[in-house]
Parts: sequence; structure tokens; C-alpha cells
Amino acid sequence: MHFISPVLWQFLVNWLTHFALFPPEASGIAPYTDALYFFLVLISLVGMAIVTLLVVLFSVLYRKDRNPEATQIEGSTLLEATWTIIPLALFMVTFVWGALLYFRIYNPPTNAMNIYIVGKQWMWKAEHPGGQHEINALHIPINRPVQLTMISQDVFHSFSIPAFRVKREVIPGRYSTVWFEATKVGTYHLFCTQYCGTLHSGMIGQIVAMTPDDYQAWMAGTTSGASLSQNGERLFASFGCNSCHSGNADAHGPNLAQIYGGKVQMSNGSFVTVDDAFLRDSILNPTMHQVAGYAPIMPTYQGQISEEGLIDIVEYIKNLNSNYRIQQTLNTSQVQSTAPAATAAGQISGPGMVKP
Amino acid sequence: MSTATIVKLPPQETASLPKRSYLNNEYGLKSWLLTGDHKRIAILYLISITFFFFIGGAMAGLIRLELLTPQSDLMATDTYNKVFTMHGIIMVFLFLVPSVPATIGNFVIPIMVGAKDLAFPKINLLSWYLYIAGGIFTLAALILGGVDTGWTFTTPLSTHYLNTHVITAGLAVFIAGFSSIFTGLNFIVTIHRMRAPGMTWFRLPLFVWSHYAASILMVLGTPVLAITLVLVILERTIGIGVFDPVKGGDPLLFQHLFWFYSHPAVYIMILPGMGVISEVISTFSRKRVFGYTAVAFSSVAIAVFGFFVWEHHMFIMGVSNYSALVFSLLTMLVAVPSAIKIFNWAATLYKGSITFETPMLYAFGFMGLFTIGGLTGVFLGSLGMDIHLTETYFIVAHFHFVMVGGMLMAFLAGIHFWWPKMTGRMYPEALSKLAALVTFIGFNLTFFPQFIVGYLGMPRRYAAYPPEFQVLNILSTAGATVLGVGYLLPMIYLTWSLKYGKIAGSNPWQATGLEWQIQSPPLTENFIETPIVDHEAYDYEWLAHKTEHEVQTVG
Repeated sequence: MHFISPVLWQFLVNWLTHFALFPPEASGIAPYTDALYFFLVLISLVGMAIVTLLVVLFSVLYRKDRNPEATQIEGSTLLEATWTIIPLALFMVTFVWGALLYFRIYNPPTNAMNIYIVGKQWMWKAEHPGGQHEINALHIPINRPVQLTMISQDVFHSFSIPAFRVKREVIPGRYSTVWFEATKVGTYHLFCTQYCGTLHSGMIGQIVAMTPDDYQAWMAGTTSGASLSQNGERLFASFGCNSCHSGNADAHGPNLAQIYGGKVQMSNGSFVTVDDAFLRDSILNPTMHQVAGYAPIMPTYQGQISEEGLIDIVEYIKNLNSNYRIQQTLNTSQVQSTAPAATAAGQISGPGMVKP
Repeated sequence: MSTATIVKLPPQETASLPKRSYLNNEYGLKSWLLTGDHKRIAILYLISITFFFFIGGAMAGLIRLELLTPQSDLMATDTYNKVFTMHGIIMVFLFLVPSVPATIGNFVIPIMVGAKDLAFPKINLLSWYLYIAGGIFTLAALILGGVDTGWTFTTPLSTHYLNTHVITAGLAVFIAGFSSIFTGLNFIVTIHRMRAPGMTWFRLPLFVWSHYAASILMVLGTPVLAITLVLVILERTIGIGVFDPVKGGDPLLFQHLFWFYSHPAVYIMILPGMGVISEVISTFSRKRVFGYTAVAFSSVAIAVFGFFVWEHHMFIMGVSNYSALVFSLLTMLVAVPSAIKIFNWAATLYKGSITFETPMLYAFGFMGLFTIGGLTGVFLGSLGMDIHLTETYFIVAHFHFVMVGGMLMAFLAGIHFWWPKMTGRMYPEALSKLAALVTFIGFNLTFFPQFIVGYLGMPRRYAAYPPEFQVLNILSTAGATVLGVGYLLPMIYLTWSLKYGKIAGSNPWQATGLEWQIQSPPLTENFIETPIVDHEAYDYEWLAHKTEHEVQTVG
């Protein structure tokens, strides 16, 4: 062979020595996915074997040479019921097994650490709560559940880590989440698997799974100085959110301290859980998310805050335990901007709400 | 392999094509372009879809060439995106959807039910003109610089982020969709209203049943696609914002609407192919199809369930977990009628008297490849498994096993089966058997490695990929080359046979359908007198009796 084509020969040698039927099993869920895959491959092989066997056997036994006259058979309800019920039963097993796996993959444990992912044409931006930013890479500790809260700032993308057997669509305008627990130290592929335009095949990156100690070292060495919630606090003040959401008894907006994770009553009477998506939607589309007891005076911030900015603010509100610092900031900013506020600010907007 | 054959040709020294037939009834381009004859329209369709098949095939060749190496080096990534988009649009909307129904179905359904033509001959012609208009728009999009949305036109990519000819391509699919609606409408009315005396529903050949089911899907599903495309075009032109999250629209709504058509479209493509397989298997094993009613109703069941599984394209898209449960369950149910069909065909062979002419070889190929395609569909319908497999080459391999391994094999089986009826001539048997074998081998070499590379995680629609996937991609490209030869061969020998093929006679396969009881090629009016049907489909005893009777009166 290597006389004919050395290049091809090299490929073959290379392939046979590295031949893989499976990507590495590097997450807690991977063995479960592979188990279902084995089961499905097995029933497929059995199914194929039966069909092939029947076709070949009948072709040999009943070929015209051996069997010049066909015997007409109408059908057989019993046989037909058999090959209806057996596949149906196998498919039902597959359904239940697959559903259990799906719920396991898409329902994160409550103690998972959260990392934000923003997808855009054509890169992945990861934002760690500590303020570490990464592009086309994601560093994670092993043996610890990690949840990703993801959003796209333009088109559909899809966040896929084959070695972890997880994948989730990253959608413009709404958060989607996925979680995994890496089990092996290593560097794995990150792919965008939803076609997203010119450089779709360039929207790839590396997942670096590290030991917890290495991860801590990496975190310490990469910090940008401000955590996400610190950035969020800055934005919160600069957009003037604090003037209404001050936590004072006579404030125009609801108190945001410790609001995350609880339920609030909406003006239409329904109760809604305050999660990342609710907070984001309330900032961008406040009139649709009117909390009971407050006037619909909040302006929309659509087009004014980037997805990263929204994440910062959401992260800030998540970690907001008291309104002490809001009031501190408010006092300072009111002192600083008394003069312009008197002229520029309308009746509903506070001084900090003027577009930066 | 057995050498016995059922082919019965008239003595070649004395035989000639009939003096009058639909082919020589009238002459001139006008007689073809303004014809109302379903057989001539079928030929027009056959020529046009073959043309588009080879364009789509050339695109596939370019894709495979690019993927020989891990880098994007044969063409720029934008060009690659345009190539796979055109491949998808042309193959799905201009080849697979009309392939069997508009050519073979158009030709034989009226004859099978004992009618002189379809119910609406002019609408039938209009449907071809709409197809051509759709084709011209597609070619325009291609020549003007291409379109790179992917055949799925995913928003907001297609509406806000591309500067290519999305509207032209959208209009192309929109117009071609109406051609499909008209074909479906014509079949439904014809099958309901124009059956010959005695041709009851349960005497219809299974080919007619499967087309009936597919027609319902065409008529009910295609309008949804049309609406969706109109919304995409309006979004691009005047920005109505239905799918735009910035304006409060929902990009997932597009996915729901698109797949509400595009999943049933899979059954629009495969059901007519299943009809071909029923005819071929019965004819070459000399037996009534095992469990006729089960096979007939499984077609209808596929059509009905087919409408309620679309969300399985969206399991990872953040749909509610509980709705995903429902759609996964329904997806499992739609797999059952397909399994019934496969086993019933296999059982048809039992105690038959089997011969292995070319259409039968293609039908065997269909059974093997469609079984793999169907079973891997169960992988994808299973929720947890879908997460890892979707949007990778696994799904590419899966739908090519169904669409190419299944449908294209069925189309070739059908073309080889009805070719003598359409043209009055036989093709060279040895060469056509070789082509069937080459196609089967080439197909497996092309698409089987894609299951493996898909499980390894290679995403679809990638112009460049990590080097560890290269060997499997090389195998796939090598297979595509073989497959290309497999498709060129029939093109050559079928054209050759038009002039030099043996005279086929009216019923070379000794088949029972009404279309085989009239001359080949048929008269424009199909039947000299309206046939009266007094036997079930696939009644070989009736055929034997009839043949004997003919010999007595003639001899």
C-alpha cells in the first residue's frame, strides 16, 4: 500500500493506531449516554440481522430455480401483531431510558457553580462570577457540577462538548442552561453545532478541565480586578436603577434585595419565580413584567445594555443582600449631580438614568 | 445468484413499438409544453428533476472534495456554506419531494386506477410550470451569487445577518411548494373519484395507497411552509418582527413552523418510495404483498403521526421538558408502522418464487438501508441520546440513509421497473445490475463512516474540522466518488436504451397492475375501453388465467 500512496498509507497507519469509535468519556453523564448508545446499537444490530437473515434466507430458499410456483399467503394477524408489539416495546424502553437521561442532563443540581456564556458570530465568551473573561475557552474544575447560563447576542448557536455528551442551543433573547460535571483532567473540543454563518466552523474552542487546585490558581492568575457583580453594581448606578430600586419605603420600584429565587406577585395577580430570565426580561421589557403595587413607569433598556452588561446586572441582583450600598451610592450620586438632574431629568427618570 | 428470470419479451425479430402511443401521438415542442397528458407531464418532470439532481449532486461532490482535508482550502467558508445550502435546497425541494410522485406517480397512478388521466390535467401541467418557475428562481439565486442560509432558512440568521439572495431562494421554495400542493390535490381527487368500475379501495395497488397518504401531507403541510417563508421574506424586507426577539418576536416560532412542514416532508419523500417497493417486491416474488391491509394502513398511520412529531428537531432548543416528552413518545410511535412495512415486505418473500432483476436489487438495497436509517432515527427520537447526536454528522448520516439510501434507491427501483412501460424498451440487464451494486457499495462507504464521525462529535455544516476526523472523511469522499459512478451509469444506459434497447412488450415482468395490461408505451388515452376490475391487487392467478386465455384466442 505504501508503494502506491505514501500519504494514504500514513493516514491509514495513523488512523488504525488512533482508531476511536467514541469520544473520551470525560463527564459524569458520558457513561450513561454511552450505555444508552450501546443498547440502541445492540437492538439495531439485532434488527438488521433479522431483516438481513430473512431476506437472504428467503432469497435462497424460494428463488425461482428452487421454487417455481409461489404459494399465495394472505397475511397473518398473529405474526403482524408480533412485529408490531416487539418493536413497540423496544421503542418504549428507549423512550423511557432516553427521557430519564434527558431530565438528568438538563436539570442542574442546586449546588452547581454558575458560569455565563455569551455566543456571538463567531466566538464564545465565558464570564466567570469572579470576573474572569475568556474567549473560545472555558476553564472548569473537575468533580464539581458546573452550570452554564447561556445567551446569544445575534443568531442561534449551539454549545457542544462531545467529550461531556452535552449540547444546548444558545438562543438570542433568552437564557438557556446546561450543566455537567467533568471527571477527567484534560483539554476537550468545544464546538458551535448550530449553523451560524460564515465562520461557523471557526466558532470552536477548548474546554480545559483542571484539578480544583489548578483551577483556583488559574482563577487567581486571570482575574480582571472586578467581579461580575461589582461590574453590575457600577452599571446599576450608572443607568440610575438605584433611584427607583432604592429599597426605601416610598421607592418607585420594587426592593431588589434578596429578591432572587423567590416569588413575586405580578400586577395581573399571577406569581412568578425570580430567575435570571425574569430579571433580564424585566430590564428589557418592563411593561410586560409589572410587579403588583407599582406603577408602570420603568423605561425599556432594549438596545442600551449589552448581553454582558445584563449578565453583570443580573449577577449583581442575585447577590444583593441588602440595600445599604445602594443608598450609599444614591446619596453620593445625588450630591454629585444635583445641578444637571434638575434640568435634564424628567419626572420619571432619576439623575443617573440619562444615557451614558 | 439465481439465473432464472421472469422477463418475457416478445420475439425481437418481429416485435416493434406500437404504431400509436402517447410519445408519437403528436409531435413538436408545443405538443409537449402544452400537453395535458399525465404521461407526457411525467416525462417533463423526469427530465427536469434529473437535471436538478445532477446540479445538486455536483454540489455534493464539491462538499465531499472540500472535506477531504481538515482545513477549508478548496473554497472559502462562505462558498462552502453556499454550496451545502444549494445542495440541500435543490435535493429536498427540487428532487426528493417531486421525485417519485411527480414522475412515476404521475405516469402510473391514473393507469393503475383505470382512468384516462388525472382529475385536473391542466392543473397537472400548471404544477410542472410552477416547478420550473421554482427551479428558475433557484438557479437565479445560484447564479446571482448564491445563498447561505442552509436549507432550513434558520432565523434570525436568514432575516438579519446575511447579505445573500435569501428572498430569491425563499421565493423559489415557495413557488415549488405550490407545484407539490397541486400534485397532491390531483392525486387525492383522482384516487377518490376516478377509479374504474370494480376498483374498490382495497383492490388498489399499495403504490396508490402510499401516494394517497403522501398527497394528504402535501396538501396540508406545504401551506405552512409557504406561510413561514412569506414571514421570513416580510421580516427581511419590511421587518415585521415575528421572529425577531428584539421586537418581541420569537425565533423559536420559526423552528416550530418550519418543522411542522419539514418533518412531514420527510414522509412526503419516503412514502411514495415505499409504494414502489411494495410493487417491486410483489412482482419479483410472484406473491400478493403479505398483510395488504396492514401495509396500506401503515402508510396512513405514518401520514397522521407524521404531523405530530415536529418538535423532535428542537429537543435541545430550550423547549419545555414535558412537551419534549410528548414528542419523543410520538416519534417512537411513528417508527412502528415503518417497522411493520419492513417485516411485511420480508414476509412477502416467504414461499414466493423469487427472481433478481434490477428493480428487485434496488428494492433489497432499500430494505437494508432504510432499516438502518429508521433505526438510527430511533436513536435521535430518544431524548437523552438526541442531545449528543443532534447537529452532528450522525444526523447527516441518518437522513441520508433514509433519503438517499431509502428514497433514491426506491426511485431507481421504480425507474427501472416502469422504464419498459414508459419507453417500450428494455435496458441492458447486466449493466443495470452492476449499477445497483455500485450504488449500494458507494452509498455505504459514503455514509456509514459519518455515523462514527458523528458520534465522535464532528458538527455538521463545518468547512474545517479537527484533524482527527480526517480518515473517516476521506473514506466518505471515496465512497461519494463510487456513488457518483453508480448514478451516472443508469443515466448513460437508460438514454442508450431509448434507441437500442430491446422491445419490451406490454408486460415484460408479468406484473398484475392495470398499467401492465396495456401496450408499452401506452396510448394517450391509456385504455381503449374502460377496464372493469374483478380481482384484487397482486392476483397472479388471475394474471396466469388471463394470459392462458389470450394465448387460446390468439393461437
